[in-house]
Amino acid sequence: MSPMNWTLATPEIFLGIAGLLILAGGVIPKKETFFPVSMAVIGAFVVTAVLVLGQGEGTAFLGQYVSDAFSRFAKVLILLGAALTLVLALDFNEKAGIGRFEYAVLMLFATMGMLVMVSANDLMSLYIGLELLSLSLYVIAAFDRDNPRSAEAGLKYFVLGALASGLLLYGSSLVYGFAGSTNFDRLADALGGGTASLGLVVGLVFVLAGLCFKISAVPFHMWTPDVYEGAPTPVTAFFATAPKVAAIALLMRVLAGPFGDLAAQWSQVIWVASVGSMLLGAFAAIGQRNIKRLMAYSSIGHVGYALMGLAVASEVGFRGVLVYMAIYMVTSIGTFAVLVAMRRNGRSLEQVDDLAGIGRTDPAMAMWMAVFMFSMAGIPPLAGFFGKLYVFLAAVQGGYWVLAAVGIGTSVVATYYYLRIVKVMYFDAGTAPLDARPAGLTVVMTATGVVTVLFFLFPAPIIAAAQVAVAAIAG
Amino acid sequence: MNAAGFPILSLVTFLPLAGALVIMLVRGEEAVVARNARWTALWASLITLALSLLLWTGFDQTTADFQFVERAAWLPEFGVGYHMGVDGISVLFILLSTILTPLCILASWESITTRVREYMVAFLVLEAMMIGMFAALDFVLFYIFFEAVLIPMFLIIGIWGGGRRVYAALKFFLYTLAGSLLMLLAILAIWYQAGTTDIPTLMQESFTPRMQFWLFLAFFASFAVKVPMWPVHTWLPDAHVEAPTAGSVILAGVLLKMGAYGFLRFSLPLLPQASADFAPLIFALSIIAVIYTSLVALAQEDMKKLIAYSSIAHMGIVTLGIFTFTAQGLSGALFTMLSHGIIASALFLCVGVLYDRVHSREIARYGGVAKVMPAYALVFMVFTMGSVALPGLAGFPGELLVIVGAFKVNPWVALGACMGMILGAAYALYLYRRVIFGKIVREDLKALLDLSPREYATFAPLILLTIWMGIYPSSFLNFFEATVAALVARHEAALGAARLAGM
Repeated sequence: MSPMNWTLATPEIFLGIAGLLILAGGVIPKKETFFPVSMAVIGAFVVTAVLVLGQGEGTAFLGQYVSDAFSRFAKVLILLGAALTLVLALDFNEKAGIGRFEYAVLMLFATMGMLVMVSANDLMSLYIGLELLSLSLYVIAAFDRDNPRSAEAGLKYFVLGALASGLLLYGSSLVYGFAGSTNFDRLADALGGGTASLGLVVGLVFVLAGLCFKISAVPFHMWTPDVYEGAPTPVTAFFATAPKVAAIALLMRVLAGPFGDLAAQWSQVIWVASVGSMLLGAFAAIGQRNIKRLMAYSSIGHVGYALMGLAVASEVGFRGVLVYMAIYMVTSIGTFAVLVAMRRNGRSLEQVDDLAGIGRTDPAMAMWMAVFMFSMAGIPPLAGFFGKLYVFLAAVQGGYWVLAAVGIGTSVVATYYYLRIVKVMYFDAGTAPLDARPAGLTVVMTATGVVTVLFFLFPAPIIAAAQVAVAAIAG
Repeated sequence: MNAAGFPILSLVTFLPLAGALVIMLVRGEEAVVARNARWTALWASLITLALSLLLWTGFDQTTADFQFVERAAWLPEFGVGYHMGVDGISVLFILLSTILTPLCILASWESITTRVREYMVAFLVLEAMMIGMFAALDFVLFYIFFEAVLIPMFLIIGIWGGGRRVYAALKFFLYTLAGSLLMLLAILAIWYQAGTTDIPTLMQESFTPRMQFWLFLAFFASFAVKVPMWPVHTWLPDAHVEAPTAGSVILAGVLLKMGAYGFLRFSLPLLPQASADFAPLIFALSIIAVIYTSLVALAQEDMKKLIAYSSIAHMGIVTLGIFTFTAQGLSGALFTMLSHGIIASALFLCVGVLYDRVHSREIARYGGVAKVMPAYALVFMVFTMGSVALPGLAGFPGELLVIVGAFKVNPWVALGACMGMILGAAYALYLYRRVIFGKIVREDLKALLDLSPREYATFAPLILLTIWMGIYPSSFLNFFEATVAALVARHEAALGAARLAGM
């Protein structure tokens, strides 16, 4: 039994206490405190990131919690994503009349849940982190409560999410029943031989189903388009980035760690999910007119590519997944910064055709959007190409030629709808220009755009960091 | 590093990007921005041209080794590096790119009036990517440049193109992307087996016949679309017709050469066995391309479409020459690529001259142009004759060499190539007669102005090159002689070894 060693979890503890203090600070003043509270939350994220970078290695809380290079890599990404998507909400929420301080506090607790998730070393702490995240997300999805679409999004997400949580819990109980432990280290020992009873495999599949729901992989993707479309745009941006990274990281830790020797079993499940997600993401997005819905299908497709690396179940594959998710997150945040900025005469716009002609009226934003779209399509030398390069490399090395071939085919199909957005921006005649955008969005767009464009200059450090992270869980 | 002591290839590659950056930073009124963008782009491309001439003078023609080599660590743990260098195959294509770009910018001087800044940026980025592609000696680096070319070209066709520009741009992009992604898989498979993507190192690697088979098919998918070979050529006429004049020039002049260059650089040296096995298929497709597209060209009503189809026919001669695996065939293919790069570009510029004045590319719209534009008629004739491969002009030496090389392999193949020359004369002269001679039937044609000084400046270097290449081809052939000889020797050695192993 490992000792309590609770100081190891300083980042999470700090974030939790900061959350409570900020909540108190938000409640007490008479007037609305959305902006100062958001700033305080972003500050808390920054401090937490610094603490994460200095975090030691080892397990804590009697083996429930683990800190290693992998958790550090994922946590920094998650904190970055959460902070940037909160910046996207600053101006939008004020204009949409939902500029309430609870929003920022809920994001903080969701983020804390994600940090617990990626540090989980036990099915119980996994569940606690996941639920903390999910409950916060249910509320945020319905945050624009007077808008029926937002309320619908929250309700749909809650009902389906609760079902997924149920599946996960049921799977966990089966695993516990057949393997005798919920601790990842002891599960790994118990399953070391590579043979598993039928009950355990069923439990594993249930756990996988619950986690696949969170990353919206086919066939557990049904909620994604509706929730993405209904939720306020900054919320969609948050949904598409940090929680995806957290859930994929969690999936990797669970599969590579305790179930690492059962790769032959789970690899097939992930294979199916990967192929399904790539196909659905490519074909279903073609007909979409609503750009948030389109991004929902696009994100399903991207998860499919990431899962390709996971299905290969090799260190190269895991590394590919991490690199892919990091690049995907940066590009997505940039894209959503553009979507949040789509506003004409004070009204928020959501149709693809509303982007028409911004190549003329707003060349800077159009250029960044084009960069993000080409990057998502995986055209070199932009960052998205390197993400694809590493997962395809893993697939080729592992001899997964069908996965690679499906990936190639869907890439071409998906390129079509990314190009359509570029086409609308540059080739079509526009109507009135968009409203001037707040400086925060420009900063986010430019920062993520520059990273996307210049990634090719210095890919080595990020890939080396991903390599170290993967070695920690697969070693 | 190299004899000159500074990284000349990187400089030539990235200088246009610096120009693009400068243009992007220009602020002010639209007219001022447009003027600045034009001049900056012209100077950036001219300085690049001047620098690239150092490659011409400094190149050692006696060796087949890579020259002006530069290396830098990029992804060391994967064996991927930043590795640039040129040999006899690639050096002249870099020069072709640097010569055509300033001419394109000159040709767009007055015809592009909207979003001039973005146009010039796109052209400079395009130039950088083209040069980088020919200079890259690392597979991943090559792929990045190879694909990145698509982005500016997509925008050039889509924003400044004609009526069906959106369709043409999307078709161009998706066609080439589908091919390229298959090549990416092949590159990954090679990378996995060899542990490196360094091209000179890979030349020493040998692959099993089965693997060669699949790799060849994957490369073929990419390069055949790019060349383009029959039957995957259908994107080209659309792209050419809809692209603005300068876009067509770059498309015909350089982008089509990327496919043939890929065959020469990768398929032949890396996959000798599969190349030999697939040669009959390539011959068949090339001869079909030559004869079929020449016949199609005869029936065209649109000048640009006619020249587009003639390009496919000429590229058929090129692929035919490459897969003869003889010194004559390979040299002829390389020479034809260069001469076609000059002549087809010039023909598109000629069409552009008329289009700028009349805004129509329809052949029937013209006739009797020689009476009002005598200088133009002369220029057009030089390039028409060049395209027909009249002895003494650039088209002739290359096609002759290809036919000689083909004759060594199979007389019937040579006959097919000859048919192309005959049909080529037919459609080119037919075009020339309909546009230039005859009576002027339309009133507005009588008021046409002859070439302007700017247009003279655009055509002068091309005429000079066409005549130079025709009269004294050795000054170009010498560049690739040593490299081609080494390529043929290695190919025969590899086939000999395979035959021994098979016995």
